[in-house]
Amino acid sequence: MAKITYHTHDNKTHTIDVQNGLTVMEGAVQNDIPGIDADCGGGMACATCHVYVKEEWLDKLPAKEDGEEDMLDMAFEPKNNSRLSCQLIVSDDLDGLEVNIPSKQG
Amino acid sequence: MNKTDVLIIGAGPTGLFCAHQLGIIGLSCEIVDNLDKAGGQCIELYPDKPIYDIPAVPECTGEELTNNLLKQIKPFNVKFHLNERVEELKKNQNRWNVKTSGGVEFDVAAIVIAGGVGSFEPRKFSVKECEKFEGNSLFYSIKDKSIFKDKTISIFGGGDSALDWAIELSNISKVNLIHRRDGFSGAESSVQKVKELDDQGKLNLYTKYQMDSVVGDKKIKSVKIKHDEGEIKEIKSDYVLGFFGLIMQLGPILDWGLNIDKKTVQVNTENFETNVSGIFAIGDICSYPGKLKLILSGFHEGALAARGCFKYAKPDEKLRFEFTTTSKAAQERLGIKK
Repeated sequence: MAKITYHTHDNKTHTIDVQNGLTVMEGAVQNDIPGIDADCGGGMACATCHVYVKEEWLDKLPAKEDGEEDMLDMAFEPKNNSRLSCQLIVSDDLDGLEVNIPSKQG
Repeated sequence: MNKTDVLIIGAGPTGLFCAHQLGIIGLSCEIVDNLDKAGGQCIELYPDKPIYDIPAVPECTGEELTNNLLKQIKPFNVKFHLNERVEELKKNQNRWNVKTSGGVEFDVAAIVIAGGVGSFEPRKFSVKECEKFEGNSLFYSIKDKSIFKDKTISIFGGGDSALDWAIELSNISKVNLIHRRDGFSGAESSVQKVKELDDQGKLNLYTKYQMDSVVGDKKIKSVKIKHDEGEIKEIKSDYVLGFFGLIMQLGPILDWGLNIDKKTVQVNTENFETNVSGIFAIGDICSYPGKLKLILSGFHEGALAARGCFKYAKPDEKLRFEFTTTSKAAQERLGIKK
């Protein structure tokens, strides 16, 4: 279990206990946190679960796999701290993670 | 006016298999899709990625799955209307009149929405002013490249479309290629070619830049691009092209009076009919308790929706359940010769 904090574009903050093994994307979708579309359902094929990771977490997350950076090219306003939330698998190590959800996904 | 029993919206695997099931029970159908080819997400998002959970097919790619489904429905001569998006829907007594973006009209007894997560549309620039130049000096696809001759073109993106057009247009235009990072997702050979052209001064490559703003009155005059480190450059541009792939949008389906929840259409699990009689929804676009977004679930949903369509297409007949192994009628429809 890890506490994940999602900052949505409407300046609201949602802190959720997400079970280990789920993705940061699923944590948002299952808890009705707005702004993560996840059109392809977690297949790293659409870039609509794009989030900005709080800077201090960037190095603590598992590195991007092949293809994630390619998909981020397609994301809405990608930045250096952009990740696809479907690729972030929750574990105890992610306890306290904070992400910002962009104003839209496409 | 195209008159047929059922109109299927979406030519993804679910829509294609539903066409098969309609054919088996003796109903005709036509299929509309906004893409230029059949296959839906399988062909647009992951044609080369292997799929491992199609029953009895241990491994196949999105493209192979699509080709096999097309082969399976070949006996039914299903008519496809590609590059068309369904726009309008009107009830006409017991039937439906449907009109597409390209003006194609249908008169059908029932409609099956197999639209996935919506129709594929180009992803656009996030910069707001881009909208007013769209279609005039800013494009997301190219229909007539001759308009770019001897002009300055700024192309944004790092995939195959961006690279291929940058290479192609560098022969007739002055090309700037702008991409957000040093790496590219397009083919390595194209990346090498672009770098060569950049070295030879035949195009200008700007990496780690993204669009900041566009400048112009009626037409674009220049674009401002911003480096990762914050530096802003203004580059003269007659035209701007953006190639960021496609995104799925639900579009006009939202206005049809269907019960919609989180971009999906609610259905019953008996025949996958929506709250509107005669309109069915199957595949990723439908929702019901326990819904799994798997291709195999879409096949099951399509089989039941096809049978649900029967009473609208042939109100005076009764549908008898038959197996393809033994049904003479089904085998005739499949064109099997014994």
